[in-house]
Amino acid sequence: MPYGPHTASDRERMLAALGLTSVDELFDDIPSAMRASPLDLPPPQPELELAARLDALSRRNRTDLASFLGAGVYRHWSPPAVDQLLLRGEWYTAYTPYQPEVSQGTLQSIYEYESLLAELVDLDVVSASHYDGAAATAEAALMTCRATRRERVLISRGVHPHYRGTVATYFEGGLELQEIPLVADGDAAGTTDLAALERLLADRDRPVAGVIAAQPDFLGLLEPMPRIAELAHAAGALFVAVVEPVSLAVLAPPGAYGADIAAGEGQPLGIAPQYGGPYLGILASTDALVRQIPGRLVGMTTDLDGQRAFVMTMRAREQDIRRDKAASNICTNQALLALAASIYLATIGPHGLRDVAALGASRAADLERALAAAGAPRLHPGPYLNEFAVRVPDAPAVHARLLDRGVLAGLVLADAEPADLSLRDGLLVCATEVTTAAEIDRFAAALATELASVGSGAR
Amino acid sequence: MVPADLRYTSDHEWVRIDGDLATVGITAYAAEQLGDIVFVELPDVGRMLDQFATFGVVESVKAVSDLFAPLGGEVTATNPGLAASPESVNGDPYGDGWMIQLRIADPTQLGELLDAAAYDDLVAAG
Amino acid sequence: MSVTGPRLQPTLFERSRPGRGGGKIPHPPAGALDRIPADARRTSPPALPEMNEPDVVRHYVNLSQLNFAVDTGFYPLGSCTMKFNPKLNEWAARLPGFANLHPLAPDAIAQGTLQLLFELEEALAAISGMRAVTLQPAAGAQGELTGILMIRAYHRDRGDTARTDILVPDSSHGTNPATASMAGFRTITIPSAPDGGVDVEAFKAALGPQTAAVMITNPSTLGLFEARIGELLDAVHAAGALAYMDGANLNAIMGRFKPGEAGFDVMHFNVHKTFSTPHGGGGPGAGPVGVGEALIPYLPSPRVLQVEDGSFRLERDGERPSSIGRLRSFVGNTGVLVRAYAYIRAHGASGLCEVSDDAVLAANYLRQRLSEAYDIPYDRHCKHEFVASAATIKRETGVRTLDIAKRLIDFGYHPPTIYFPLIVEEGMLIEPTETESIETLDAFADTLIAIAAEAHTDPEMVTSAPHTAPVRRLDEATAARQPNLRWRSVPTFEMPCPD
Repeated sequence: MPYGPHTASDRERMLAALGLTSVDELFDDIPSAMRASPLDLPPPQPELELAARLDALSRRNRTDLASFLGAGVYRHWSPPAVDQLLLRGEWYTAYTPYQPEVSQGTLQSIYEYESLLAELVDLDVVSASHYDGAAATAEAALMTCRATRRERVLISRGVHPHYRGTVATYFEGGLELQEIPLVADGDAAGTTDLAALERLLADRDRPVAGVIAAQPDFLGLLEPMPRIAELAHAAGALFVAVVEPVSLAVLAPPGAYGADIAAGEGQPLGIAPQYGGPYLGILASTDALVRQIPGRLVGMTTDLDGQRAFVMTMRAREQDIRRDKAASNICTNQALLALAASIYLATIGPHGLRDVAALGASRAADLERALAAAGAPRLHPGPYLNEFAVRVPDAPAVHARLLDRGVLAGLVLADAEPADLSLRDGLLVCATEVTTAAEIDRFAAALATELASVGSGAR
Repeated sequence: MVPADLRYTSDHEWVRIDGDLATVGITAYAAEQLGDIVFVELPDVGRMLDQFATFGVVESVKAVSDLFAPLGGEVTATNPGLAASPESVNGDPYGDGWMIQLRIADPTQLGELLDAAAYDDLVAAG
Repeated sequence: MSVTGPRLQPTLFERSRPGRGGGKIPHPPAGALDRIPADARRTSPPALPEMNEPDVVRHYVNLSQLNFAVDTGFYPLGSCTMKFNPKLNEWAARLPGFANLHPLAPDAIAQGTLQLLFELEEALAAISGMRAVTLQPAAGAQGELTGILMIRAYHRDRGDTARTDILVPDSSHGTNPATASMAGFRTITIPSAPDGGVDVEAFKAALGPQTAAVMITNPSTLGLFEARIGELLDAVHAAGALAYMDGANLNAIMGRFKPGEAGFDVMHFNVHKTFSTPHGGGGPGAGPVGVGEALIPYLPSPRVLQVEDGSFRLERDGERPSSIGRLRSFVGNTGVLVRAYAYIRAHGASGLCEVSDDAVLAANYLRQRLSEAYDIPYDRHCKHEFVASAATIKRETGVRTLDIAKRLIDFGYHPPTIYFPLIVEEGMLIEPTETESIETLDAFADTLIAIAAEAHTDPEMVTSAPHTAPVRRLDEATAARQPNLRWRSVPTFEMPCPD
């Protein structure tokens, strides 16, 4: 066994102390009919061989392409200080801080994370984090039902399809989730249809607990968040804003436009894409909702000597005490990722974060021009920050051929939103501070070549 | 020994009767078992309660407990001081730590409550 | 070694000074944000701290030294399986091919990860005797929700809509009833038998046409194997219900008991327990779920599939309409799963069997060593963990389990799990794991015995512990009554920003 310390003589000593001759005797209480068949697994590998195998597997992935893929997970540059600090064993091999006297590192770092995110979202209460943006959004939706004692939630189709899918799974049984359509054409195309929202809110017999919209939305467009907040509140509903944290350096935060709850994905704060996670679910609320917010909260207090210290607080809300009456079954938070995000924010600072957002916007504008010149204009006219959809005839096929040319041309929208025919020819593309002019040129040139052959019918 | 002029439930609530109004709280024993009380969740005024239905929740640092209505009736008042000072449940459980007041719907339900001696016996039995 | 020495640290906000830091990100061109409408723009910048890198590094290095961790010392937390976190796994997860892969990357460029995930599913199925596995749930609790939602879908598909109840033993982890509630079920709690096992008769009496499922932990949260599990599972199935196994204690039974073979219909794995992925101060984890044949149609989507030519792909949306859908964004906590995969491949079958054997042997050895100084409620061999009780010590001296736990800190140990499960008075749940040497076990036992003695000779020393930790016992009441959950900055400063 690779990491175990016990020698044969250690085991003999322990068995002797128990008056036993074989460890099998400790498993005598398993009825013979229930004893396991042999484990069928590949043979163990010494680390040297295993390392080679893992390396070879990792190289079967291709991560060297010029990538313009965002859609909820964004490439950003993380200062090496972040990962080097994260590799300290005191951080990553620690457990949940149930014994605060020996966990002040973790506890203070979570308090700081809560405080940093509170500044970004401009809301007072930030939970110690949830699994990802989708789970955070689902928890936010459930919060609106608990807080208003209503059973119906409206979610814009501008919210990420994975998040909508997740909320739908959490809502099955008793609670009603309804989608708000997007505007089909005109200046507001691709954003939440406010007239439709008003009609959905007007049903007196089915009062709405919460309205959920994203900023920017899944298609990269900026939404009229203050207006959506107004409509929600006028109907007695709470407003949940789904947000992207880097954008909050330059975009108005949820607290400024009347959101009651903010949810979102913290991956862009220096966390690698890792094919799906672990990520960082951001969940924040106004003070009025503090008792409804699920998951861990860390607060400041003092010890017996009057020293400042940090502790998990309001724990009676959590599953281990509240059991079947708990707001949520959540047990872990994403502590290490919250730490990574905090170190990232501390290292690049507020100016740095603003520059990341602004550089992304600048590169995205360059990308827009280059793609339009190559024959792929934007699908929607409204303002965007650093992500937008372009129209490409036969998009799935062009996307595949661009892949062969070393370009990951964003997301094929027909796959992500098959029901929305207006997105049928769409590619969702983004740029960040790591996108280079050379990559943009490569994309545009490859695209121009592909579109020329599509037009001419040649393959 | 608990105050002789009150009535009690086996869930450790106490009731003070004043005409058709009943004031409700939890006993010193319950508060001690819970530890430092940090929050009390109370119903809205006007809510109709059935006898022994849950009317709220009391939360301490490490535990939580439902609160059960000793009698059925309409909630006429809740203690406004508990939001700022939940610790009065520990400090003065029969006075400042009162929780709700209700208008008794059915006086015959009083017969189901324990008197002080019966409650003391219950606690002593463990 | 104890956690002493470094003084407490100011917060980032207190270290911040206007004008500090920078130099990491190039400046954007002028007017980069002009095209963003003014009413969508932020009017005042977020008051994030401005620090230079050396101060950031010192802040986080010093803070880390206030933490106890597996890498610093013994962490016998029952139910958490605080085993060593292999460093190879950290290296593997950080390989650029794994770390930099976007979750929506086309299957063609994700073959390495897809193969790893597929092989991990096969390995977990083999270990558990289950027929199929999903790696999607982000944590054990989410795995539980996945399992219960699949059970709900199964009954609904059969038109069996009257099944409203889920039965759990009173020793269950709090996530079990919380999960049942989230899925819309009523929890019926069944008191345990005096020998610490589930009360099979009581379960049988409660089972009926209204039962959707039972949720059982085996070995139980007391570290005891449920010897009558076969009888219980038969009764569950006879009532038309399904059996869920909480797999938190899998470290005790690898190679000895396969839940799927025994008759469980579904279970979750805690890879951050059994399979060594680091706890990270409270997360991330991952909670894969294994199912028997009957529940395969309901697995979350997308599944990882193998194609005839041997390559791998993700299921497409809508490809399997019976799926319960998704519980989260994207495929799963792949970064965590890479670590679990590496762990399983490092061990193989023989290694994993040895893990369970050693975990169980170490726990029984420790239990034996403590049996005179502490009450040991259940008079039979435990599995990978056991409960000790300070009930007698409390009666004789007034010293409680909480005090003993805090006193352990002074000797360089993390306290065991205390007051869980709730059914043991003044309980301490102790799980040494298989990666602790016999010297560590002996030293820990000696210390606990000494503290028991100290409870008689100098109780005040114990009840006012810890004495050498960075902070003393905390005022948790005020923290909950007047929550201070964020740092209040001074009013925002001007942030001149070259644009």
